[in-house]
Amino acid sequence: MNWSWHGRIEKNSILMLVLVLITVSIGGLVEIVPLYTIESTIERVEGVRPYSPLELAGRNIYIREGCYTCHSQQIRPFRDEIERYGHYSLAAESMYDHPFQWGSKRTGPDLARVGGKYSNDWHVAHLVEPKALVPESIMPPYPALLERNIGSNDMVGDLLANRAVGVPYTDEMIENAMADLRAQADPDGDHEALLARYPKAAVGDFDGQPGRVTEMDAMVAYLQILGRMVDFEKVQPADLVQ
Amino acid sequence: MAESLAAGRVDTSESYVEHTVRLLVIATMFWGVIGFLIGVIIAFQLAFPVLNFAEWATFGRLRPVHTSGVIFGFGGNALIATSFYVVQRTCRARLFMGEEGAFFVFLGYQLFLVMAAWGYINGISQGREYAEPEWYVDLWLTIVWVVYLLVFLGTLMKRKEPHIYVANWFYLAFIVTVAMLHIVNNLAVPVSFLGTKSYSLFSGVQDALTQWWYGHNAVGFFLTAGFLGIMYYFIPKQAERPVYSYRLSIIHFWALIFLYIWAGPHHLHYTALPDWAQTLGMTFSIMLWMPSWGGMINGIMTLSGAWDKLRVDPVLRFLVVSVAFYGMSTFEGPVMSIKPVNALSHYTDWTIGHVHSGALGWVAFISFGAVYFLVPKLWGARRLYSLKLVSYHFWISTIGIVLYITAMWISGVMQGLMWRSYDQLGFLQYSFVETVEAMHPFYVIRALGGVLFLLGSLIMVYNLVRTARHETRAEKIPVLRTRVPARPSTAGQPAE
Repeated sequence: MNWSWHGRIEKNSILMLVLVLITVSIGGLVEIVPLYTIESTIERVEGVRPYSPLELAGRNIYIREGCYTCHSQQIRPFRDEIERYGHYSLAAESMYDHPFQWGSKRTGPDLARVGGKYSNDWHVAHLVEPKALVPESIMPPYPALLERNIGSNDMVGDLLANRAVGVPYTDEMIENAMADLRAQADPDGDHEALLARYPKAAVGDFDGQPGRVTEMDAMVAYLQILGRMVDFEKVQPADLVQ
Repeated sequence: MAESLAAGRVDTSESYVEHTVRLLVIATMFWGVIGFLIGVIIAFQLAFPVLNFAEWATFGRLRPVHTSGVIFGFGGNALIATSFYVVQRTCRARLFMGEEGAFFVFLGYQLFLVMAAWGYINGISQGREYAEPEWYVDLWLTIVWVVYLLVFLGTLMKRKEPHIYVANWFYLAFIVTVAMLHIVNNLAVPVSFLGTKSYSLFSGVQDALTQWWYGHNAVGFFLTAGFLGIMYYFIPKQAERPVYSYRLSIIHFWALIFLYIWAGPHHLHYTALPDWAQTLGMTFSIMLWMPSWGGMINGIMTLSGAWDKLRVDPVLRFLVVSVAFYGMSTFEGPVMSIKPVNALSHYTDWTIGHVHSGALGWVAFISFGAVYFLVPKLWGARRLYSLKLVSYHFWISTIGIVLYITAMWISGVMQGLMWRSYDQLGFLQYSFVETVEAMHPFYVIRALGGVLFLLGSLIMVYNLVRTARHETRAEKIPVLRTRVPARPSTAGQPAE
């Protein structure tokens, strides 16, 4: 075979640049674009909703502390994982996650369905000192979460930014963002309106400090909703076909 | 040949940009030592969690400092330094935009690294692996990267050599593809223009594939294509042999950059990513084995007729062993992308071991080789201060790598098997924390491997500092007793 044709590319840096760009674009276009166009990519299940302001604040702490470097949120369809963690994860369950937090490493266990598995008190004690509850644990302690107040943090901008990238926060949700943030961590708060907007949200005083909303409240509220939005009793196998 | 090349060199070498390349070489070693050190610290944190002594120093915050430090700090500076050095010599042209353009890239890139690392320890992170810097840091890097592309491309365009040398194909593909990946993967909406927080444009399954399209090709283009550029210049130079095969370099270049982009979904096997995408990713990952080994063969076979130089030249040893590690990890990678294998390996330390056989064995070793080659040239020293120290560095880090990857193989496979094992009554045999406990000895061994690797890099820094001071250690320089016969063709030899 005569290879002199390649000399043309080797003598023209712009031609080479253009050909490289075309070559490296194809794979991404073929793989990523259909994920937006094929409707069955997201399973047809009910119950997935935007995060409440307190849960979203907790999720941001989860990201800030790099929890994803040790914990996955993605259960694979294997017998042992389903027994250990629960139903395998659906694409629909993270459809409002900007960004996704599926993770790539399980130095600690998967958290996709940790919600409701442990009590609020357990989570607080565990986050303050993991070894107190699990002596063999190698997780770092996070006592500072109890110290920092977030009751007056402005979550409106966060909800608006999420709406801008496609999360269906309603005007009502945005108007009530600050009230909802405080109500969720307040044992005497108006939970009816909150739960109408954010069904299944865990409510109450999470951290044992009823007078204030701390990062610990947010973190536990987030952990307690993980994996609980979809009611798998009502899901038909056909709904899950991708 | 020697005469004409030497004459050509006198014409141009005075006008090559060298000051900034020297700064970039210093930055390479600086970030290398920082990155290795943080790696050792977080490795010990996994073995002894009491070392998570402060909020800013927890594993979760330091881990991105380690990954960004070694990939973008050490690897990135090595790539920019060598690309500036190589493109000028293989084009026989001074850098486009001269010393100022190069200096802007140098300074801008260091600023990017400092902003990123400062953010991580303060909890400012996008939570996207290997793309943790927040939106304002991403914007700044985009500006720096465009200038880098202009400097590189502009130099190619004003070249005095008729052909673009093969190393530059790889550097060019690395620069433009990383630009594409960086911009798309970091699309986000900031909460406010004065705040650090942003929310990514994509969500869930689409976000996952976009992120691993980026993540895998950070490996493919940052840590592979760019470093193949280093291989194609520095191995022929150090071995004083032409590149083994011109045709092979054409085939493996185009095949590599075409196939790599498809491999991202193998990071998402058995997840909520649709099956068709997983299968496509697996298929292309297996095909990728071929161009990867094409590159390995082209690098290693460049030594044909000069194998005995490996006995006496520890710098060449670094370069060639790096290509051998490249071959090993690009074989392991396709194996791990096969779905049933991945079912065992995913989420375990096996992946961490695999990454490090590539990162330490291939990326770091070829960078060490290139820096050992560059420092005497850039600082005008007759030779390295000590070849014996290079040899020590080589063996200490090789033992470190072997400890690291064998410990991770064992702990990864063991953890994967423990997760899925059942007792006679049909119950899961181990609780999760029992598998964590079982990892402990291997985490200690891994950390010790890291210590050796760090120690090697400190020996290197010492050797380079004395070299830059034009000192030479009195030691017997081994020489080959038999002269290597010259090969008739020098067509593949990069121009000086």
